[in-house]
Amino acid sequence: MTARFKHKAVVLSIVLLALLLPFIIQNDYFFHIMTLSFIWMIGVYGLNLIAGYTGYLSLAHAGFFAIGAYSLGILTVKFEIHYWLAFFLACAITCIIGLVIGLVALQTKEHFFAIYTLCVGYIIYLVIDKWESLTGGVRGLIGIPVPPDLGPISFRSPVSQYYFNLFFLLAAIFMMYRIVHSLTGRTLIAIRNSEELAQTIGISTMKNKLVSFVLSTFFAALSGILYASFIRFIGPDISYITMTFDFLIFLLVGGIGTLSGPIVGTLLIVWISQQLQFLQDYRMLIFGPLLTLLIIFYPKGIVGGIFSWKMKMQEKKKRLSMSAKSATQRAEEG
Amino acid sequence: MLKLKGVSVQYGAYKAVRNVDIEVGKGEIVVLLGSNGAGKSTVFKTIGGLHKCTEGEIMFEGKRIDQSSPAQIVKTGIVQCAEGRKLFPRMTVYENLMMGAFIHRKQKKEIENTLHEVYELFPILKEKRNDLAGSLSGGQQQMLAIGRALMSKPKLMLLDEPSIGLAPIIVAQMFEVIKQINKTETTILLAEQNANAALHIAHKGYVLENGSIVVEGSSEELFADDNVRKAYLGA
Repeated sequence: MTARFKHKAVVLSIVLLALLLPFIIQNDYFFHIMTLSFIWMIGVYGLNLIAGYTGYLSLAHAGFFAIGAYSLGILTVKFEIHYWLAFFLACAITCIIGLVIGLVALQTKEHFFAIYTLCVGYIIYLVIDKWESLTGGVRGLIGIPVPPDLGPISFRSPVSQYYFNLFFLLAAIFMMYRIVHSLTGRTLIAIRNSEELAQTIGISTMKNKLVSFVLSTFFAALSGILYASFIRFIGPDISYITMTFDFLIFLLVGGIGTLSGPIVGTLLIVWISQQLQFLQDYRMLIFGPLLTLLIIFYPKGIVGGIFSWKMKMQEKKKRLSMSAKSATQRAEEG
Repeated sequence: MLKLKGVSVQYGAYKAVRNVDIEVGKGEIVVLLGSNGAGKSTVFKTIGGLHKCTEGEIMFEGKRIDQSSPAQIVKTGIVQCAEGRKLFPRMTVYENLMMGAFIHRKQKKEIENTLHEVYELFPILKEKRNDLAGSLSGGQQQMLAIGRALMSKPKLMLLDEPSIGLAPIIVAQMFEVIKQINKTETTILLAEQNANAALHIAHKGYVLENGSIVVEGSSEELFADDNVRKAYLGA
């Protein structure tokens, strides 16, 4: 069995398990948490594209998540636009705002970029919090509709919401896979590796960074839109910096710059925090040291750590087979 | 083909390159000699558009390029092979080579032909095409860096210290390869500290000290120059 076939088999098994889960477990709370995890994952994929694959840590990610959520909320609740039209408009609005912010933000690099986007994120939060007539201010927006029925399929039950969001998650993963394995993906990795080196082979770094930034805002918007129509109530807190840090922790724990990192990190952190609910705020006493240890010993996250370990093993195997080969050669010559 | 006229480059208050004039003719190998910190890499980066010159102008095939972006400069036919074998270590050898052909990305057939030529020049790269670039030896990494630069089908290749940190036997091979590349009508501007080997393959050379050209001439003239012999040839 080739490694590629093995890899495909594992992916298919996981997808199959996700599809069959509602037949195995019948617990609404479980589906609520899983659906939320799926939604976060889409947002984390967006952050992974700009921070993990392009090397630009955007701290305005929650801001774009909120712009997506609020655009859908405002368009459906205040302007009573049809859900699917609002869905596409919300994506477009966020991407256009992302493009404008990206054009300015990407003139900066490294920590300056992080600080700039941190400020942008805070400004988005302030706008949402203070522009009461449009966003509802601290009271937020209530009554955001669930997706309308598609023929006999209704999206009102937890299981149908689970499948609805799973569909978008799988689509997002497929999109990410195609991006990462395309020339665009390799271009982004080249920029992360060394922007100067990328320029010397003819890559227009600004154009490609902008593509990555806008795509990351698209994923953030999609995640925000799905969140808004799942929870059906949104407040300004979804645009706050703590939300960006949640995305970042999911990514760092799972594995930054890896395809499966966002899934592993999000599921792990979400479920661990659920299990530690009884400790209330004290759970941070367990979480904090755990995260610190993970970052110290696995700076590439769980998936990144596994990859590194696998590569080391392969190298070791290669070295051993080479030395065995040369020993045989020497013996034959002798 | 390439003309630098009175080029100066400044980092803040520090003038790294002062009033440099360099001329590279079509089909030549021109060597830029100089010790560490003399300004060789700065000159290369300025030609490649990574640094802007504060004074002077750079002409390539009769057109001014000193205001162009690095990507535009690569499209005109100038490619850099930076010092220190800069590669994409997490990409395979094949992927690294393909990245080199970025500006020709739509011409698949042409890329295939160039790849074939690169594999002919460096058979080890074909053998190791699925290996990660970071796992190659120093010499192989240098071959890959040169191979990647060749993938853009350059008219002028800027080779920054290709022999640095390599075993003497590999260095000799590397200079042979440079001669071979030059035979395929690729002009080469070479920055080197290994003056002896570089002058043996070059048509002419310039000596750079503290950002200024102090000596220039044909290889024979530089070999005969007392200062060059003392400072760079160990005589």
